[in-house]
Parts: sequence; structure tokens; C-alpha cells
Amino acid sequence: MTGYLLQRLLGALVVMFAVATLVFFMLRLLPGDPIQTMLFEMGDADAVERLRAKYGLDRPVHVQFWKWLGRVAVGDLGNSIYGSRAAVSQIIAESLPRTLSLASLSFVVALFIAVPAGLVSALYKQTKLDHAVTVVAFLGLSMPDFWFAIVLIIIFAGNLHWLPAIGYTPLSEGLWEWLRHLILPAIAIGTPFAAIIARMIRSSMLEVLQMEYIRVARSKGLLTPRLIMVHAFPNALIPVVTVTGIALGILLTGTVVVENVFAIKGLGRVLIQSILNRDFPVVQGSIFVISALFIFANLLVDVLYTVIDPRIRYD
Amino acid sequence: MAAITDPTDEGVGVSQGQRARWWRHLLRDKRALVGVIILSFFVISALLAPLVAPHDPNAMAFGLMIPPSLTHPLGTDDLGRDLFSRLIFGTQVSLFVGISTVSLALVVGVTLGVVAGYYGGFLDTIIMRYIDLQWAFPNFIIAVYLVAILGQGMWNVIAAVSLAFIDDFARVARGMVLTIKQEQYVDAARTVGVSDWRIMWRHILPNATAPLIVQGTVSISFAILAEAALSFLGLGVGVETPTWGLILADGRTFISRAWWIGVFPGLFIMLTVLSINFVGDALRDYLDVREVKEGGA
Repeated sequence: MTGYLLQRLLGALVVMFAVATLVFFMLRLLPGDPIQTMLFEMGDADAVERLRAKYGLDRPVHVQFWKWLGRVAVGDLGNSIYGSRAAVSQIIAESLPRTLSLASLSFVVALFIAVPAGLVSALYKQTKLDHAVTVVAFLGLSMPDFWFAIVLIIIFAGNLHWLPAIGYTPLSEGLWEWLRHLILPAIAIGTPFAAIIARMIRSSMLEVLQMEYIRVARSKGLLTPRLIMVHAFPNALIPVVTVTGIALGILLTGTVVVENVFAIKGLGRVLIQSILNRDFPVVQGSIFVISALFIFANLLVDVLYTVIDPRIRYD
Repeated sequence: MAAITDPTDEGVGVSQGQRARWWRHLLRDKRALVGVIILSFFVISALLAPLVAPHDPNAMAFGLMIPPSLTHPLGTDDLGRDLFSRLIFGTQVSLFVGISTVSLALVVGVTLGVVAGYYGGFLDTIIMRYIDLQWAFPNFIIAVYLVAILGQGMWNVIAAVSLAFIDDFARVARGMVLTIKQEQYVDAARTVGVSDWRIMWRHILPNATAPLIVQGTVSISFAILAEAALSFLGLGVGVETPTWGLILADGRTFISRAWWIGVFPGLFIMLTVLSINFVGDALRDYLDVREVKEGGA
């Protein structure tokens, strides 16, 4: 197991290296000049040259590249060129806990919706209940999360005044305050994610229910809640976990977008704000960190997969 | 394709009978039928937008933020423009971006996938390394980064979103080619001297269409959502064009005073994407395709 973990970790680091490379070269090689955009296309040739020299953009691309890699390796993502000029790593370190809080809570919300929904529609296959769950899942999948966020704000903040419409309070200031601020965005992000997971649970549960050992148990009249929860459901989870890795992209994307609706200064808000401010070091840094999150979340899913499926041995 | 006629040419492609079967399948599947009907409404209103829209989408009236009424079925926005008309014109943008994005991603992705799968070896390694690398980013994040670099605008958004989807198509196409390449008729074609190019496009690809069609449908709905999200975040087609995401972003500012500006654009997006997903699901059933990932993240 340790060997497998090390191997996977090494693999993830190689991918991180490649991601850093891609992030770097996309910015350098694609049409569109960041310096020109930074100056809102208004700078004269002199100003452009000065900025270029300041950020080392006048040097050959390969020199810039090795410099960028060397700095990324030690966690230095450069400095913001807008407002405070703070270190990018500092800005990201401040926003990361918010994004992680929101993403994890959204994941929990999604499971709360998806597990019962998926189980019910598998157990009551082809009934009205199943059809209803399916249509709701389709709605969840088709709904823009940022719009759902706005609808939630209109209902729960605007009309009912139950929950705050914007902002974030760290967990250190109390669980309730933290939850009160995050629950609406978490529902907005978690619902589309739940729709995907519920449909996966349904189809994988249906397959498990067709298996010999369940059919035998069934024929003995043993289709009890215990049989379903202890014998069928864990096995149905195995294929679900593998695809969760892919679906995590939706969760992360949702977080990036919805943070902007609720003015939560997480990675997503930082990313979009820095794009609008033409603050390229921050854009580059946050894209890199978001991809890193995605890569490591996927790694975690893979490791989890070996834990829940004892048939898989990697030693 | 000069002198050699291709004796293995018969029976390639979608036949009339297959098409008729698909329509029968569609009529039986209630969700798919609902999807086709809703989608037709959107397509027709996009094509005939100037005729269908009751008002000029950019004409400002005296009534700012009037709630839905008979003259303004979905109300007016903060500048007194008719929301319904703006949303109808927004349909044009959403559908155009969705379709052109996926067409572009399909052409590029399928070419990469087919070439990688057919030739294998070094070419395959290079292409697949790139595809794997792209896999390490969530699609939407790539699109955001590309728009950040390229700048706003219709074509930049299309380029950005389609590049984000290329890996999905390449993967599906490559997988299909690897399977089909083993078939006897491919060997047969090669033996009689049919060119590689012709084998790829005439013999392999037509048999790989099922998963590509399904992937394409899934991707269109995600492209529409992505464009809306980009516009919503201020990274979209531009402020002159009324798009669903942009109108929704405007609406956010006024949620306490005019809920309709924020709510209706989202309903339009949801209905469009929902109908495409319904059709896509029916296609997936009908074509018996499993390997296409759901979600398209």
C-alpha cells in the first residue's frame, strides 16, 4: 500500500509539473498580449517595454519558464500587480480555506440528497417515485448553479430573512455562524453534483441488486433494510467512487462560480476578480492551485477506491 | 482517391431504416419527446427572433423594472427594455455558441483521437500525453483561463470553450478506433490497398458515430451552461449582446426589487439544457452507449 501511495504521489507531482508547464505556455504562446491587456490597450511603446522588463517578459521564453518552475517549486507564485501587490501565495493561502470549506460542505449536502434519492429510485425502479426522482435529477443537472444560488438568495435571504445573502465567517468564530453563511452556496453547488451522483448510485445499485447473492437473499425473503445497507449499498458504491473523481470537476467549477454570487473571497472569487483586474500573476497562480486541488482530490478518490474495494491490491 | 475503387464501401453510414427506428424510439420515450418539442421552440424562436420578439430588445421604454404584464410578458429590466424580447435574442447566442463550440471541438478532438488510435506509436503517445494533461484541469477552468488570455468576445468564447472539450472527443474517438481497428473489414480494406485516410474516415469513423453523437449532445448542454457562466462572470461574449448569462448577472443587482430579471434567464437556460439532456439520454439508450461520461466536467 505504501509503495502504491508513493507511486501515485509521484505521478501526481509529475502531472503538477506538466500543469505548471501548460499554465505557463498558454499565457506566453497564445495570441493576446497580457501586458497590452494589463494596460487596457492604452500604453505607449515605452510603458509596454518597461512593464515587460519589470516582469522579466523581455527575456527568452525558456529562461522565463525555468525561472517560473523554480519559483513554483518553492511555493513562490510571484506578486500581485494590482492594489496591495501582495504575494500571490499569501492571497491564495487566505482564500483556500474558504473554498475548501465550501467545497466540502457542498459535497456533504450532495451526499445527503444523492444517497437517499439514488437508493429510492433503484429500489422502486420504474415506479412513479423513480420517474419523479429521475426528472428532478435531470432538472438539477440542467440548472445553472449560479442561477439556483440567486433563487435561493431571493427566497431565503430576501423574503424569509432566514439566512445571510452574502459573506463568509470562518469556522473559528463558531460552527453556527460558519454554517449559516455557507449553507445556501453549498446547496447551490451541491444540487447539480447530487443529481449526477444520484443517477450513478441508481444504476450501480440496480446492477448489484441483479447479482446472485442478492437474488438468493431476496428469494429467501431477506430483502431487509440491513441487506440493502450492509450488503448491497457498499458494493454499489464502488463504481460510484470512481466516477466521483470526474464529477469533482463539477463541484470545483461550481465553487468557483458560486463564490462570486455570494461574495465569498475564495479561490474562485480571487480568480475572477484577478481576471477582471488584469492581474496575471494572480490569475496564473490561482489556476495552478485550482488544478492542483483537482489533481489531489482525484488522487484521494483513487486511494479511497482501493480502501473500499478489498479486491484491488496494488502491492 | 484515384484509381482504386473501394469494394468494402457498401453498407456504410446511417440507413433510412435506422433513422425511422430512431424516430419511433423517440416517440415512445416521453422525456425525449418533451425535449424535442421544447428544443424546437427555442430553435424556431432563435431563427425568427426579430419576428417572434414583441419588442426591440434594445429599445428602452419609460417603465423601468415593470413586473410581468400583458405588454411585457416577463417584465422589463433596469433600463426599461423588454425582458422577453432580450431573452429571445439571447437564445440565438446560446444556441450558436453551443453548436459551434461542439462542432469545433468535435472536428479537432475526433481528428486527434482517430489519428492517435489508428497510427498508435509515437504519435499516439504525444497526443495522449496532451489529452491526459488537459484531463488534469476541470473543463470550465480551462475555458476561464483561455478567455482571460484571449479576451472577451463571441469567437474567443467559442475558441476557449471548444478547446476545453477537445479531450473528451479525442478520448471517445480513440477508444472507438482501437476497437474497430481490429475488425476484419478494416483488414480487408487494407489488403485491397485502400489508403489509411480513407480507412479512417470511410470505414472506421462511421462505425464510431454512436458514442460521438452522445458525447456531442452532452457537450452542447455543457457548452451552453459554460457560456452562460462565463457571461455571468463578466467573461463572455461582451456587454453589447444580450445573452442569458449577462441578463442574469444584471438581474443579480436588482434581486430585491425586480426578481424577474434574475429568475427568467435562468429558466430559459435550464429549459434549453434540460431538453438537450432529455434528447441526449434517449440517444444514449437508443444507441446503447455507456462510455460517455456524464457531467462533462
